[in-house]
Amino acid sequence: MAVLIPLVHALVAIGGAVISVFASIGRLVRFAATALVRLATPPWYPARILEQMLVIGWFSLPVVGLTAIFTGSALAQQIFIGGSRFNAASTVPAVTVIGVVRELGPVLGGLMVAGRVASAMAAELGTMRVTEQIDALATLRTDPFRWLVAPRLVAAVLTLPFLVLVSNALGVMGGWLLATFRLGFNSAAYLATTARYLHVDDVVSSLVKAAVFGFIIALMGCYHGYHSSGGAAGVGRATTNAVVSAFILILLANLVITVIVFAS
Amino acid sequence: MTPKLRLSGVAKSFGAKPVLRDVSFDVAAGESLVIIGGSGTGKSVTLKCILGLLRPDAGRIEVDGADVTALRGAALARHLARFGMLFQGGALFDSLPVWANVAFAVPGSARSRRAAALETLARVGLGSEVADLRPAELSGGMQKRVALARAIAVAPEILFFDEPTTGLDPIMADVINSLIRKLVTEQAITAVTITHDMASARKIADRVAMLYDGAIIWHGPREAIDRSGNPFVEQFVAGRAEGPITMAVRRG
Ligand SMILES: Nc1ncnc2c1ncn2[C@@H]1O[C@H](COP(=O)(O)OP(=O)(O)OP(=O)(O)O)[C@@H](O)[C@H]1O
Ligand SMILES: [Mg+2]
Repeated sequence: MAVLIPLVHALVAIGGAVISVFASIGRLVRFAATALVRLATPPWYPARILEQMLVIGWFSLPVVGLTAIFTGSALAQQIFIGGSRFNAASTVPAVTVIGVVRELGPVLGGLMVAGRVASAMAAELGTMRVTEQIDALATLRTDPFRWLVAPRLVAAVLTLPFLVLVSNALGVMGGWLLATFRLGFNSAAYLATTARYLHVDDVVSSLVKAAVFGFIIALMGCYHGYHSSGGAAGVGRATTNAVVSAFILILLANLVITVIVFAS
Repeated sequence: MTPKLRLSGVAKSFGAKPVLRDVSFDVAAGESLVIIGGSGTGKSVTLKCILGLLRPDAGRIEVDGADVTALRGAALARHLARFGMLFQGGALFDSLPVWANVAFAVPGSARSRRAAALETLARVGLGSEVADLRPAELSGGMQKRVALARAIAVAPEILFFDEPTTGLDPIMADVINSLIRKLVTEQAITAVTITHDMASARKIADRVAMLYDGAIIWHGPREAIDRSGNPFVEQFVAGRAEGPITMAVRRG
């Protein structure tokens, strides 16, 4: 009998952890559902949506653009080095455009925006929570979900595809710059090959990924901020959790979408 | 007559820590109740339970005879729209200028909302020069008054003031006390005020209730607080360290 006791303790601990994981998933799903249901009816606060689109979209452009240029160039360089071993260095434009549009543009763009925006949302809503500003909203005839959460979700879902479009274009441009100025490719031929391998399907899947990532970013930022507690340290924890969970969910969603879209 | 507000047997714990055990009181329409009680006894928690911002574990809360204890969604929003609340910490929106804070729930065009905000700010002794400042640029007492202005700007049926005069100088405190008294007397608003300041309690209250150890241990009309016959109330009103209420501090 005595040997069973540690086993029971272990099972209880595992069970407790599993239950708390499911409980958090449940809370998150309910949070998202509440926001979406409220979105179905007015008021919508369009000015708040525009304001958030500016914050998310416009101010993320430099970060997303630089990331795309650097990564697109590095990708072209690596394909060139790798391709040279099989006499396939000429695949640089084709592989670069596919790699950028299908994967790197949306994923890196999403991650950079997550780092910038999910953290800012969590910090802002978290501070509003611990200073009772969210409670105050409710006493001022304003639904915190409609005023704070819904505009951020809508803005992120609308803005991320635009950012990813920019990210894709600059990523391809980074590859082209490096290929023509350093690797000796003919500029016009490079661009022609790029255009031939750029498929509408890839662009569409890229934009779908972007919209999903936008939803994840705003949801994680709002959820962790909205539920933060315990003063400045609690807001700090909420911010970290928002970024980490947004990163993981973006990568997971990317995998799922990639498998669904490209394996079928 | 049905009271405007009725609490019966309200209890609330946080984790294993009980804060309210059995809170019961009535507030009649157009009456001003002042709740007194030591720090950390659950006065703010009581107001948040009535508003529905916190959910009581047991008991019943009624507004105009209707049970509001378990409201959610749209019903909760309609319930909340009847109240104005001055939060203890102000809870001003730090991303908005002062005037937009005050006019937050005021409908209408930007111009008319701003005018309404300036008018309400004047009632709490603040001039138009603060209207475009951010809350963080104001002193603590000014923030408190802006928060007060925000709570009264839409003339709600029921007003809650959580320590309206802490951090104010005695003269400004008296201005605020008179304002609250005037709202109750002239506009027949029902008010519940939390305060530690006995001068303020005497000025604002029609009735006074004392919260101690998770329950209302005494309540009565304002005139009765000096002859309550309750040793807890007597100690609190006189502000004595000696008495039945013992503070958890080490005696040197
Ligand atoms: N959200 C919360 N989570 C956990 N405990 C809480 C929470 N809010 C209040 N409490 C606890 O409830 C008790 C009562 O808090 P409350 O703010 O109502 O006190 P109070 O009577 O208003 O005191 P004060 O006069 O100092 O403002 C405190 O001990 C506090 O620690
Ligand atoms: Mg309090």
